[in-house]
Amino acid sequence: MTLAADHTELIAPEPSRLVILRQVLLDRPSTMAAVALIGVFVLIATFAPLLAPYDPLAQSYIKINRVPSAEHWLGTDQFGRDVLSRMIFGSRNSLIIGVLAPLLAAIIGTTLGVVAGFFGGVVDRIISRLVDLLISFPELLLAIIIAAALGGGFWNIVIVLAAAFVPNFARVARAQTMAVRAEPFVEAAVASGVTTWRIILRHIVPNIAAPIVVLMTLWTASAIRLEASLSFLGLGTQAPQPSWGNIIRDGLNNLFGSPWPVIGAGLAITSVVLAFNLLGDTIRDVLDPETSS
Amino acid sequence: MGQFLIRRLFDAVPTVLLVLTLVFVAMRILPGDPALAALGDNALPEQLAAFREQFGLNKPLWRQYVDFLAGVLTFDLGRSLLHNQPVVSLLAHALPFTVELTIVATFIGVAIGVPLGVLAATHRNRLPDSGVRLFSLVGYAVPDFYLGALLLIVFSLNLGLFPISGGGVGFWDRMYHIMLPAITLAFLKAAFIGKLTRTSLLEVFGKDYVRTARAKGAREGRVIYRHALRNALLPLTTGLGISLLATLSGSVAVELVFNRPGVGTLLIGAISERDYAVIQGGIIVFALLVVFVNLLIDLLYIAVDPRLRVQA
Repeated sequence: MTLAADHTELIAPEPSRLVILRQVLLDRPSTMAAVALIGVFVLIATFAPLLAPYDPLAQSYIKINRVPSAEHWLGTDQFGRDVLSRMIFGSRNSLIIGVLAPLLAAIIGTTLGVVAGFFGGVVDRIISRLVDLLISFPELLLAIIIAAALGGGFWNIVIVLAAAFVPNFARVARAQTMAVRAEPFVEAAVASGVTTWRIILRHIVPNIAAPIVVLMTLWTASAIRLEASLSFLGLGTQAPQPSWGNIIRDGLNNLFGSPWPVIGAGLAITSVVLAFNLLGDTIRDVLDPETSS
Repeated sequence: MGQFLIRRLFDAVPTVLLVLTLVFVAMRILPGDPALAALGDNALPEQLAAFREQFGLNKPLWRQYVDFLAGVLTFDLGRSLLHNQPVVSLLAHALPFTVELTIVATFIGVAIGVPLGVLAATHRNRLPDSGVRLFSLVGYAVPDFYLGALLLIVFSLNLGLFPISGGGVGFWDRMYHIMLPAITLAFLKAAFIGKLTRTSLLEVFGKDYVRTARAKGAREGRVIYRHALRNALLPLTTGLGISLLATLSGSVAVELVFNRPGVGTLLIGAISERDYAVIQGGIIVFALLVVFVNLLIDLLYIAVDPRLRVQA
């Protein structure tokens, strides 16, 4: 193991990571399965209109609460809507928000963290104090509080989740920036008169990118779970638009009618979150071995 | 210890103030007119004026802020439009249900999670370890409201073993009502605590004092629980804090699944009915609970790590 670690330091970092990634994937069948599962869900989300057997919003009062059959694989809900079609369209919301929210949080959080870590002083103290406060709140609670003020809808969910994740990115970015800032090459850049913004963009940001990317993949799973939670609470994706969370919400109000919407949608959330967790752990082990357990 | 407690309480004052300020700001950046949002588009101008008067919305912002803080200090959070009751009495009724759920869930979660972690660590890379790893993977992935719904379907609807909704009256009835929601939250907690216990134990197992304990002939159970686990408690305390907060926020959705009359149910109901004063009150309660839990964890650190007592 030590030999391998020494070896990787000798070659250029970028290609070596890809090599390691390929090796790790081959070593971990569970991660391969996770990647495959994510691939399947991405395909389902992309080709939802082609795959869904029915219109996810079409109601029919003559066939409500049907049990699963050849016609409706997961049955129908209390409005006679096809549950499978709703789940297929619901995957779009989950996946898009799962990627968008951490991305937005990474951009805002990294900016705040780099500014605080690089400039220090009053700016740092204000940002750090806010981050310390917000980080002591669980993300779900923070999201509920912000959603209570903003209301539901697609972009509001993205903003709510991003805002709930920002403190985590800011904290990591700040710590990393302070570490990189003390490196000799930054000192050299300052001494040779490179402008501050050029130092930040060319020397700081590329060197703190790895932990930020790791954080993004780890938060993807959380974003999907939180979107489902918010939609379940009625604060996320609004009816009649389908999302896995609000399918469970509707299903729970109709448990005596049919338990299948709850069972199906929950299984989808669980498997996607599980897959992203596995993938995130693997990416962390490759990109940021120091923080892995 | 007493001195530390007092100092820590004083430290919490600016945090609480900042939290309240954020709540105030959040409630005021509501898009549009809060009166219109609360009463709907069909509200008469007199009703809107009365609403603004009642919530002091026509006063200058600084005055609203001072009134808001004074209200919180005197336990006056306004009246609920929906229930036509003081918000404080609604919260006082709901809070015990949320607190007892959090406590029971934490208790069950720790009681299951710690032994699981010990089992995994002492059987590293063998079947029990893989089993615990699988359990924590699933525990991390399954949403609490989904697990709750499944338990509800199986044990309440199909088997009829547990109540479908409500919080119960009297101690035993309340414990009966709390079982399924608590097990739901405890499942996720056990997954988290189990994984954490395993990691911290494995770290400690390599230490000299564990080898010394073994060398002097201490029984394996004593080595694990007295020498190793005792020293692994510090990271576990941090984990317990994180998981307590997770349980608190998870309780919102779980309360909704089991229709428990807790703060979460109250808050979510208020949001969908735009019951302005109750939303604000619910958020304040949750925010204060978070500050309180963080304070509790700090005290737990001192109880767990004698070195901190000297510094404190």
